[in-house]
Formats: sequence, structure tokens, C-alpha cells
Amino acid sequence: MKGFKTLACGALALALSASTAFAATEVRIMWYSDGNEGEVLQDIVKRFEAQNSDIKVVIDNVAFGIIKDQLPVQLEAGRGPDIVRVVELKSQAKHWLDLRPHLKDAATFEKNFSNTLDWMRDDGSNALPGFMTQLTITGPLVNTTLFEQANVPVPGDKATWDEWADAARKVAKSQQIPIALAFDRSGHRFMGPAISMGAKVIGPDGKPAVIDDGFKAMAQRIADWHKDGTMPKEIWGGVAGTTYKGANDEFVNGQVAVYFSGSWQVAQFSQKIGDKFDWSAGSEPCGPAACTGMPGGAGLVAVKYTQHPKEVARVMEYLASEPVVREFSERTLFLPAHQGVAAKGVDFKSNDPNVKKSLDVFLKATQTASPLALKMQSYKWSGAIFAAVISRLGQVVAGEAKLDDAYARIDDDIKQKVAEASR
Amino acid sequence: MALVTEERGQASSLSSLLALPFHWFMAALNAPMSFVQRRFGIGGMGVVFLAPNMLIFGVFVLIPVAINVAYSLTGGTAIFMDGRHFVGLDQYRSLLNCENYAIPSTCQEDAFWQSVHNTAFFVVVQVTVLVLAALGTALVLNREMRSRGFWRSVFFFPVLLSPVVVGLIWKWILQRDGLLNAILLDFGFERTLWLAERHWAMFWAIFVSVWAHLGFYTLILLAGLQAIPRDLYEAAMMDGTGRLRTFWRITLPLLWPNLLVVVILALIRAVQIFDEAFVLTGGGPGTSTMFITQYIYETGFAHVLRNLGLASAASILMGIVLVALTALQLAVSNRRAKKEGA
Repeated sequence: MKGFKTLACGALALALSASTAFAATEVRIMWYSDGNEGEVLQDIVKRFEAQNSDIKVVIDNVAFGIIKDQLPVQLEAGRGPDIVRVVELKSQAKHWLDLRPHLKDAATFEKNFSNTLDWMRDDGSNALPGFMTQLTITGPLVNTTLFEQANVPVPGDKATWDEWADAARKVAKSQQIPIALAFDRSGHRFMGPAISMGAKVIGPDGKPAVIDDGFKAMAQRIADWHKDGTMPKEIWGGVAGTTYKGANDEFVNGQVAVYFSGSWQVAQFSQKIGDKFDWSAGSEPCGPAACTGMPGGAGLVAVKYTQHPKEVARVMEYLASEPVVREFSERTLFLPAHQGVAAKGVDFKSNDPNVKKSLDVFLKATQTASPLALKMQSYKWSGAIFAAVISRLGQVVAGEAKLDDAYARIDDDIKQKVAEASR
Repeated sequence: MALVTEERGQASSLSSLLALPFHWFMAALNAPMSFVQRRFGIGGMGVVFLAPNMLIFGVFVLIPVAINVAYSLTGGTAIFMDGRHFVGLDQYRSLLNCENYAIPSTCQEDAFWQSVHNTAFFVVVQVTVLVLAALGTALVLNREMRSRGFWRSVFFFPVLLSPVVVGLIWKWILQRDGLLNAILLDFGFERTLWLAERHWAMFWAIFVSVWAHLGFYTLILLAGLQAIPRDLYEAAMMDGTGRLRTFWRITLPLLWPNLLVVVILALIRAVQIFDEAFVLTGGGPGTSTMFITQYIYETGFAHVLRNLGLASAASILMGIVLVALTALQLAVSNRRAKKEGA
């Protein structure tokens, strides 16, 4: 009996030590989804695990609100997931891990994402914290069926903002739809057009210098278009502060001729519009200074509080590799940030002809975006600028303030934010 | 007779059996409670029994209030205190820096003062309308009528809905292509942007809030009405008193304590207005329906650069108003209790 007990204990110890020896290191990814990207990532991760049995990747699918509200608290407390998909990249840069010492081929990683790395690291840093899972770019979405029915040509490559507005008005009048031109209520959405009109945004001292002739030219147009009914009052004037509001439902219901939003709408428009009408992305409207949209997107970054930096780097290197990024972009209908993939083109997987046409237009727009628009993504006061601009111009549209008062308030609000953040 | 006795005996033994766990639990408590009683004495037992509740109250109320005060004295965008800087009363000065409090645009924090004005207007109008509507509804529902239970349920039903659901339902009704505009268009009227016109937006914020909370206050008043002795009305009827006079001389004075509770509860709730109004109007158009709570949320949480210090200072100022209202409620309750005691 005693011998049997000894044997059993030995077997148990052996089993335990064996299970410890083969226990995979767990890498947790905090992830949110707008569409099908969570499922696509799951497929990709399964393949990674099959090739790397010593790493187990756990994807924690959470709501975007968790990333926005709870992640900052976790990070400030020195905790959090190993990897996270996040939009607020620059403002939280101090929490990201520099993968450079842990990557097999840091040079290739850097080369593939060189345009967007500054968006997620501190000014002057050469850290490699992660990569953009997708690029987005703002631009016009056009109900081409309405344009055809109205016999109005869709404005072309070098068309100005005024020409776009004129065309939209003609279509709305002809087709008796309520909204000629809709514009997402967002400071980010406004700044691309403002840069097109010549806004410089950043002063020579590196501090925000938002109010100039270019900015005023676009702000004046926004105010005028609301006054003459080109733009609907309920989007920009309908809510307060920095609250976002879009015109997705109105566009899907065929009530909008031109909707200035961005590339992230393509997948859901394809799903919701189906074959009800044809639509497409249009070329970026021009001002005297540029024809540019505003880039943006979400990034996947490693968190510096991880206990497994080497394993995290292996996961990140796999996810950032060219074939994986290509597959991810093709299946999710996201624009790739990987410069190699973007240069070779992407075969977006969709049966909807509107999708491919639109994504090709947007992909081209990411490559021709103005340098200032690109720089805004890595500018630390962008958030403060976007917030001040939208809340004050919203008041103008609602009839609460005049443009000149709004300009003064925008300046004050930004100065206050900068001062508060610099304390 | 013997059968009945036997059945009673069985029932008694069953209930004894069911009570066993309770007896065991009480016996297990006996020793520690005896020890506590010996340690603190009979007089100290009140404190012992209150301690768990006070602990929860402390952790979830007092400590957060203290932290809020501490944040309001600091600046910066860091979330934790160790990354923040002491700025004294700067945040309060920013909030109260105003050339003319009646004109928000002359204030440094114009959005705060606009939200104060909006909240004050909302509180005065909403509470007045709500109390009058609740009183009227309670009077009607207190009368003998067919399907009275059904009608009571109809008025109480919105109270069961989440404020977000209330906001969404009414948003769908009031939006550009909503139900209300569809009906109006059918009757040949023009489409109105109910939530994009300043005065209409405030009207609907008040209307929806009254609709959502009416049932709760009606219920309190209905309970008060049913507690009024019927013989008073019978005596008044026999004396030939008119309906209006009966209402002024009997109903209203006897319902007054309930009315006061309703007014004060409604006041407190109105000052805290946020969820349903936020979902319905988002504070717009412009800032015309932005209330204090939304200002605090926007300042402290919605921006990328969170200004927790300013948001905390605003919430402390709002807290002072709420404490004043609660003190008023306590004073009224005490006065009522004293009167009843006398």
C-alpha cells in the first residue's frame, strides 16, 4: 500500500511538472470591434497559436467605451492588457512598450509603418510601440444614383468645396431630398477641409495657432451652408459640447446627396444600403491650399506593463507581417497602414461594387493627404483643438454665438486646455 | 377532532423542522454577540449594529466626496492624485469668474453658467408642471371609475422604463423623419425640427421628463389622497360644500405633507437631470439643453484632455445645492413630525 502511494505521488508530481513545462505563456489582447474585425483577428490568432505552441493569445472583446473610459485608469495604475487596440494613441504614449529590442526584424517593422509611428510615440522618440490596424481618411460619400437621376455630374478630382456644395444643392433640389450636404459633427472632420482652405493650425513655436484666414474661410462656409439650408441644422447644431453626431441613417435612407464622413463607413453602408441605390466615395474636395482629407484610425500597441515583452513582440510581429495585414484588410474592408501592402493594392473581399470603388478612392486619398493633415495625428494638442472647434462652431450653427466670438472662445479654450495639461 | 389535532401536530413539527436552521444560526451568533455586548455594553450595541451600514456609506459616499473635494483643489490632466498639482481654489475661481452672472457669455466658464441657467429654468418649469400634473392625475385616479387599475398602470408604466430607453423612444418620435412629423405631414402641416430648435428642444426635454416621472409622484399623492378619511367628504357633502371649496378646504390641507415631499423629491431629481435629456437632445441645439450634470461629464470625461479638477469643483458646487434641498426636505419632515406629535 505504501509503495502504491509513493508511486501515485510520483506520477502526480511528474504530471504537474510536465504540465508546467508545457504551459503556454498567455498574451492578452484587449480588442474592440466596429464590424467583423474581431472574428478575422480570431482566425489569424488561431493560426499563430498553431505555429507557436508556447504562446496562448486571449482576445478580450470589449466595448469601445471600456477602451475609452476604463483603460486610461488601468494604465495610470500600471496595469492593463499586454496588447490593446486603441484610438487615443498619442495622448497615452507613455504607457506603450518599445518593441524594438524584442523584435526579430525591427528595421522592416519600422519601414512598413514609418508614416504612422509618430502617431503613437512621444515627440522625438524612435520607439516602435505597435502599428495601425487600419487607416481611415475623411472624405465625401456620394449618392451616385441621386446624382444620375438629377443629371448632375459628380464633382471631379480638382473640384473645390464650393463646387461640391453647388452640385449637392442642385441634386437635393432636383430630387427633393431634405439634405444636400451632411457633415459629421466632429472637430477632426472639420480640420481636413480647413487645412485645404489654408489653415496652418500649428504656430512657429509649436503651440496651437488655430485661428487664421484658412480656418476662417472654412468656418464661414460651414456657417453659411447651415444658414442657406445646404447643411442640416440638426447635425452640427443638434447637440452640445464635443458630442459626435453623424448622418449615417439619413444617408442610408437616401436623404443625403453628399455626406462628408470617412472610409470607416464603407463596410456598414454596403451592409445597410445593399442594392437600394449606388453610392461611392468622391475625390477630396479642394481649397486653395490642398485637396486633403484627415487621416486617422486605430492602432494595436503593446503595453509596457506586460510581464511577457518577448512573447508580446512575437505576436505583434506576426500580426504586422505583410500577408497578415493584407488578409486583415481584405476581409475587414479597412485601409491598410502597412506601406508595402498599400503600395501593391488590396483586393477587398466584397461582392458590392460600391465597396471596391470607394475603398480604392480612399486608399488613394491616404497617399495624397497633406503633410499637415498627417502631422495632426501626431500633434499632442490635436484633441484639444478638435474639442474646442466643434463645441464652439456648434454654438454658431445653433445661433448661440457669432463667428467672431467663437474664434475668440476657440483660442481661449485651447489655451486653457494646454495650460491645464502643462501644469 | 382527533384528525384535526393530528394535522395541527404534523404542521407544527414541519414548521419546527424548517425553523431548525434559523435556530442554529441564532445559536451560532449567540456567543460572538454576547462577547460584543460584554465588550461594548448595552449602550454601545446601537453603534455596533449601525457599523456595517456606516462602513458601506463611508466607502461609497463619504470617501468619494472627500476625494472629489481633493480633486477640486488640484490641476492637471493626470487621473491619480500623485500626478496632480495643488492649485488651491483656482478651479472654483475659474467657475465663478463672471462679469455678469445673468449673461453666461461674460463668464470665463460660459458653458458652466449656461448649464446653470438651463438647469434653473428646467427645475422651475419641470417641477411646477410635474407636481400639478401629478396632483391632477392622482385626483382623477382616486375617483370611482371603470378600469381604475388599468389607468393607474398606464400612468405608472413609464416609471419602469430606463431613462435611456425613454430618451431613445422620444428621439425616434421627434426626429426629422420621426413619428410626430410623419403624422403632421399627413395632416398637411410642415415638418418641424423639434430637437434642432432651441425652444422646442427645451420644451420636449421638460415634457419627456414629466412623462417619465409623473407616475411615481402620482403614486405618492394617490396614497396621500386615500389616507384622507372619507367621512370628511361626506360631512362636507351633507353641508352642501362645492367641489372646489372641498378641494381647497379639505383635500389640499390634508394632502399638504405629501405634496411637500413630492415637491422636494422632484426638485432634487430635477437638479440632477442628465440621462434622458442627454439621450434625447445631447444638450443641444448649441448648449440650450445642456444641464449641470452634462457639463460635469463633458469637462471631466468626454474630452481627450480630461479636466477632472474643474469637473470636481462644479460637482461640489452642485452638491452644495443638493445638500440645501435635502436639508429643506429634512426640515419639512421634522416640522411635520412635530406637528403630528403635538
